[in-house]
Amino acid sequence: MLIMNKIRFLLVCLVLFFCHLGHAQKFTVEKSNVTFFSKATVEDIRADNTKLASIFNTSTGEVAFSIPIKDFEFEKALMKEHFNEKYLETEKYPKATFQGKFSGYSIDAAGVQSVTAQGKLTIHGVTKEVTIEGTLENAVGKINAKSKFNVKLEEFKIKIPQLLWQNIAEQVEVSIDITYKPL
Amino acid sequence: MRVLFILFFSMGCKIAFCQGDLLSELEQAEKPSKEYVIATFKGTRLVNGQSVEVKSKGQLEFIFAHRFGRVNEGIYELFGLDQAYVRIGLEYGVTDRLGIGFGRNSVDKTMDTYLRYKVLRQSMGPKSFPVTVTAFGNMAIRTSPRKEDATFDITLEDRIAYIGQLLIARKFSQVLSLQLMPTFVHKNTVDKTIENNDQFALGVGGRIKVSRSIALTSEYYYRFDVQTENPYYNSFGLGVDIETGGHVFQLVISNTRGLTERAFITETTGDFFAGDLHLGFNVTRTFQIKKKSK
Repeated sequence: MLIMNKIRFLLVCLVLFFCHLGHAQKFTVEKSNVTFFSKATVEDIRADNTKLASIFNTSTGEVAFSIPIKDFEFEKALMKEHFNEKYLETEKYPKATFQGKFSGYSIDAAGVQSVTAQGKLTIHGVTKEVTIEGTLENAVGKINAKSKFNVKLEEFKIKIPQLLWQNIAEQVEVSIDITYKPL
Repeated sequence: MRVLFILFFSMGCKIAFCQGDLLSELEQAEKPSKEYVIATFKGTRLVNGQSVEVKSKGQLEFIFAHRFGRVNEGIYELFGLDQAYVRIGLEYGVTDRLGIGFGRNSVDKTMDTYLRYKVLRQSMGPKSFPVTVTAFGNMAIRTSPRKEDATFDITLEDRIAYIGQLLIARKFSQVLSLQLMPTFVHKNTVDKTIENNDQFALGVGGRIKVSRSIALTSEYYYRFDVQTENPYYNSFGLGVDIETGGHVFQLVISNTRGLTERAFITETTGDFFAGDLHLGFNVTRTFQIKKKSK
């Protein structure tokens, strides 16, 4: 019984150790910038957000993003108000999130690596299964991630009033630029 | 065997924990932050009077407001449409909380200028606050009648009135916002047989959003200590706000034709229940004069 207890203790230690190891392979955001760009007949609209939060587990490739919608900054204050109040309904859906996995990444490789992120993208309360292409680059204890992709507003039930269809594009281009550091 | 089972079980738990859902891990790490409520009302005007809203820094709002004659004047006056009372105004956001404005209303040829300051902001999250409070101060000069037409030797001082208001509003939900407006009006010169120099009123108003771009609004000003000889009525108004991009159109119906606080709070001439109603609209266009630096 005593021996059993000892073994149990050792095993628990082992588990804790692996846990700790797992922990060390997680990366979090040091610096981020998310930009979206809508090109339409009447006006181009651009907004930036530096409040993206993310965790990237390099051992499993798992990754999660969370973007607070209210922190998108526009050139015009009224655009920001309408974006939050009318289109993204920020009070109801405060965040856009992504949860998935990077594939094609190696922590040992040098240079820019092309990767794909596959997973669930949630915007405006609507979740879609997506595959997003981007790049990852190892840089002395840090990882740089970059991606550019299109989001169709209709797919996420973001409705543009008829009167404004010339002001807002049907799909917007989203660019993400993140520098990860070890957690 | 039993111990082994416990071991496996606990190991499973531990693994689940350390390989856990990254998204929930992210959310747990986030600290809840204080967030200010936006868009309590669509415009800076509720119906005739002010709302708690202040233009953001660098925004210039052009306001063109208009009241027709009384609808109960019949077909001869095309239900009031043959007459029009206009106010043209500008308002500028000096900071996100301080606004300055001026305008001219054709009723009594009144010039008005005002300041508004958002003293407190409704917020959610830690240290939240339940209401938005905006202080509003206005000075209005009646330039009518002409000096030679006046019944007494009128001076500039006689023409001036001051208004102080506290606008207190709460956005209860996406749909419902309500506002209280304790108001003080001081007129330098009055006909003492019908009114006092200093008058108090309490306004109540609100809006109900019916779609994301359309809202119904209403506003009522109750005057305290009104003299029995006073010929004026309390002002009441109903409106529909329609928002399209940088414009807000407010279609209104009200028993007042005046568009400055002095005129509609203390000198409303129409009896709402007798059908002395004026159709009208406020049209605003917002321009971003100073753009946010990146």
